[in-house]
Amino acid sequence: MANAHHKESFISKYVFSQDHKMISKQFLLTAIFMGLVAMMMSVFFRLQIGWPGESFALIETFMGKWGEGGVLDRNGYMALVTIHGTIMVFFVLTGGLSGTFSNLLIPLQIGARDMASGFLNMLSYWFFFISSVIMLFSLFVEGGAASGGWTIYPPLSALPQAMPGSGMGMTLWLVAMTIFVVSSLLGSLNYIVTIMNLRTKGMKMFRLPLTMWAFLVTAILGVLSFPVLVSAVVLMLMDRSMGTAFYLSDIFISGEALDVTGGSPILFQHLFWFLGHPEVYIVILPALGISSEILSTNARKPIFGYRAMVGSIIAIGFLSFIVWAHHMYITGMNPFLGSVFVFTTLLIAIPSAVKAFNYLTTLWRGNLRFTPGMLFSIGLVSTFVTGGLTGIVLADSALDVMVHDTYFVVAHFHIVMGLSAIFGMFAGVYHWFPKMYGRMMNTKLGYVHFWLTLVSGYGVFFPMHFVGLAGAPRRYYDNSAFSFLDGTTDLNIVISMFAFLGAIGQFFFFFNFFRSIFRGQKAVQNPWKSTTLEWTTPVEHMHGNWPGALPEVYRWPYDYSNPEHDVDFVPQNVPLIDGETEH
Amino acid sequence: MNFLILLVVIVGIIAIAQLAKVSDLSASLSGRREEDISQADTRLIGGLFMVFWAAFLVATVYLYTQFGSMLPQAASLHGADIDALFTFNWWIITIVFVLLNSLLFYFCWKYAYDPTRKASFFAHDNRLELIWTVIPSIVLAVIIIYGLRTWAALTDAASDDALRVELYSKQFDWTARYVGADGEFGQANYNFVTSSNPLGIITEDGRSEVLATIQEKADKIELSLGHEIGLLQAERASLAASIASEGHGDHGHHAHDDHGHDAHDDHGHDDHADHGHADHSEDAHGENAWEELANHRIAEIDHLLAEGGDDLLVWTEAKIEAQQDKLHRLSRHRQRVMAVQGFDFEGALNAWETGKDDHVVKGEFHLPVGREVEFVFRSRDVIHSAYMPHFRAQMNTVPGVPTRFKMTPTITTDSMRTILNDPEFNYVLLCNKICGAAHFNMKMDVVVDSEAGYEAWLNDQETFVSAEEPDMQN
Repeated sequence: MANAHHKESFISKYVFSQDHKMISKQFLLTAIFMGLVAMMMSVFFRLQIGWPGESFALIETFMGKWGEGGVLDRNGYMALVTIHGTIMVFFVLTGGLSGTFSNLLIPLQIGARDMASGFLNMLSYWFFFISSVIMLFSLFVEGGAASGGWTIYPPLSALPQAMPGSGMGMTLWLVAMTIFVVSSLLGSLNYIVTIMNLRTKGMKMFRLPLTMWAFLVTAILGVLSFPVLVSAVVLMLMDRSMGTAFYLSDIFISGEALDVTGGSPILFQHLFWFLGHPEVYIVILPALGISSEILSTNARKPIFGYRAMVGSIIAIGFLSFIVWAHHMYITGMNPFLGSVFVFTTLLIAIPSAVKAFNYLTTLWRGNLRFTPGMLFSIGLVSTFVTGGLTGIVLADSALDVMVHDTYFVVAHFHIVMGLSAIFGMFAGVYHWFPKMYGRMMNTKLGYVHFWLTLVSGYGVFFPMHFVGLAGAPRRYYDNSAFSFLDGTTDLNIVISMFAFLGAIGQFFFFFNFFRSIFRGQKAVQNPWKSTTLEWTTPVEHMHGNWPGALPEVYRWPYDYSNPEHDVDFVPQNVPLIDGETEH
Repeated sequence: MNFLILLVVIVGIIAIAQLAKVSDLSASLSGRREEDISQADTRLIGGLFMVFWAAFLVATVYLYTQFGSMLPQAASLHGADIDALFTFNWWIITIVFVLLNSLLFYFCWKYAYDPTRKASFFAHDNRLELIWTVIPSIVLAVIIIYGLRTWAALTDAASDDALRVELYSKQFDWTARYVGADGEFGQANYNFVTSSNPLGIITEDGRSEVLATIQEKADKIELSLGHEIGLLQAERASLAASIASEGHGDHGHHAHDDHGHDAHDDHGHDDHADHGHADHSEDAHGENAWEELANHRIAEIDHLLAEGGDDLLVWTEAKIEAQQDKLHRLSRHRQRVMAVQGFDFEGALNAWETGKDDHVVKGEFHLPVGREVEFVFRSRDVIHSAYMPHFRAQMNTVPGVPTRFKMTPTITTDSMRTILNDPEFNYVLLCNKICGAAHFNMKMDVVVDSEAGYEAWLNDQETFVSAEEPDMQN
């Protein structure tokens, strides 16, 4: 790739850029916007859950036809929870997280001038962008956006007469997701090819930072699982518009017996969760990779058990493909099949436990620098442990009978993949902001942001376990029809309050982020005194990343406080000294 | 109110901006860089982690004690097993939760940055890693084995003398069905569903009724199509053109075929189809006879267009198409109903007869205490989930795929009322799978009775056919 500078137009530099650093920023900005939208949705539906049926000016102002009289409409409520979930899972924590950090870090940390294909990379972003636009646009069509839950189980989502959101809104959801998958595949293939082929001299696989391992396995999961979602979506589109019956059978709805027999709604669930379960690891693995890197750097200590960490990432990746039916214990599936999935699901707890213990040991006898990125990484370890543990309950099919589809599930996955992944994403943004924009984010605002997020995150989702154990189903617009749920009223108010506090907390981030782009303190080349290659590039961005020859790698990425050296850290491109053994 | 919100937002932004400014200012005064964390901040954060964790622990204890058992004790046999399994799992994860978070936050306090200290270079330790791979494996093995034993008992086949109850879901209510004197559920088919036969139970009367309903709907649509101005004018023009071409029989007939209501052909109803054939059988009489008929029809159309008045309709092409499509679907429905054949169950019960004595129940359903009951779930439209939290029972109801769940209630409604000291208490069946606008309101009460009370209640319930007959007489 040529180093020569050539004059770039605004369009080729900022819009249709093929530079991985610019594309990474485009992903991040889109994800921040989508995240803001989805977060505000949660504020609106938490108002309804906390104070059912009460009138709020906020709702009347923003919700239009869904907020007449200031009370959230029940169809509007379901559209909000559906789109909130869709945006958060796919657009923020998949597209946003992988898109931002895989693009930014892969070439920089392996010592490559750019991605294997800059053009595919650009396409990947623009498909993501189009998909985001369609998803947001679907909120404004007749009948409203898709409202059958982010898992869009048929027949509810397949039949327009089942609910208003299953009309045009659902069609657009399906179209948007298909385009999203195209984006994800283009990105993932590029990440895999780049990591496998463009590593600089000396960058053996076991000298890769854990971020790279995490992104690599994530990309492989994406390539293997997202196509299954596309097939599920295409079959759904055919059921909706071409009179096929893949997912439909024996249905009488709106006074009419439909001409469909022989399909199975359960087939969709198998296809959906064959993507859906790897998907939660597509969300969490990059966050774990990012936090491994940040914890080690800021503990001034090598990550504990590097090879065990790599092994557990691969093990989690592999196991994630054989656990999907644990979402389906009570669909009438053969109980013996359920037993198999109980076994495989609980197996995942072992590599996860190894990761948690290794994180703790990394902190043990470290020298912890509390940068905002470090705080969020510590938060991630806590939420990953707390949320992961309740997964043991949910993996147990006999217990799932009791808590399936209750708020217990909502609490579990929001802590383990919502909070953990978003903590990882925030950690990454604070940590690599100097690499992206050449400036520092404000540390004090970062602190305020972290504490508000940690306190409100747990404040929202920890009590939610108890709402679930009381038997409160998720996606209920109002619990008042059931007197046995009266005890959850107070908890729901507290949860809503914490949700608003959390939303306010995020504005510290938005403000800090956008302000720092223009007015942040100018960054030095290696502000965190880190060993990895990205900090050997100049602060000012340039095509090709390194002005001269590519750096050569001589050691693993975690030589912090190495007693064989006098210095605090030894970057990967420093040759071994006489008599030094590599770790 | 909106003004107030706006004010809060503006004040908030100003506050954040000021905070940033102060922080920047102090940094530039002291020459501090953002990445340099002061020792004061480090100690503060280390302490905050400890305070946070202490507060979290207090909150945890409070939640466990105050909100840990909002659901009363399990009211079923397997429910008690599930509760025991849950308690076992819950305490294991609580211990690990407290232990690991305590270590994490303690380390954050203990090992907070100290410029005089160097972190220990501790990169791996195979023995340690082996230990914390093996210990979780052993604990998980216990959890898996205990869990699977409970699951196996839970999902084992119901005993032969279990009471069988069908629970049927639709947007947005539940219906229960009990077998009658013959001990068999009548066969059901979704094509037989009508307002007086919500479960689609197959009976001779049910078939006549559903066929009548289909006919009524089809007639209504045909009547409308016969009054649509566009269609009438098109038919008239086509007839007139055929006559004007003075044509050849073939041509005329083609035109006639084209104009004929597609609906008639699709509908496939014998009477209407014969009507069409009647025209063709006039062939022998040659052109004149056909022309006569055509002229007659033109006169009829002219009369209708002139005198029809309010009965005449103007529809868009899309609407006409939709209605014709609907006719087609009704004819398919009719075919499917006709395809349902009578057959004999084992023991020579006729499928057309077994449903007559079934009990169809709405609003609430009763179960005898201490007797095993096997639920058979069916769904009419979308996936619902039959959730009975007090019995720790749940199973999805899937259209086209019957599902099952067995349980043995152990506490009568009356006893539970005494236990909870709540005379209003009722067990409930609720929907726990998002199913549409009134999902949150889809419930049915469950009453657990003594065996005698249950028998008495069931005897009071009308049988399906006797429940239907008053409707038929009306």
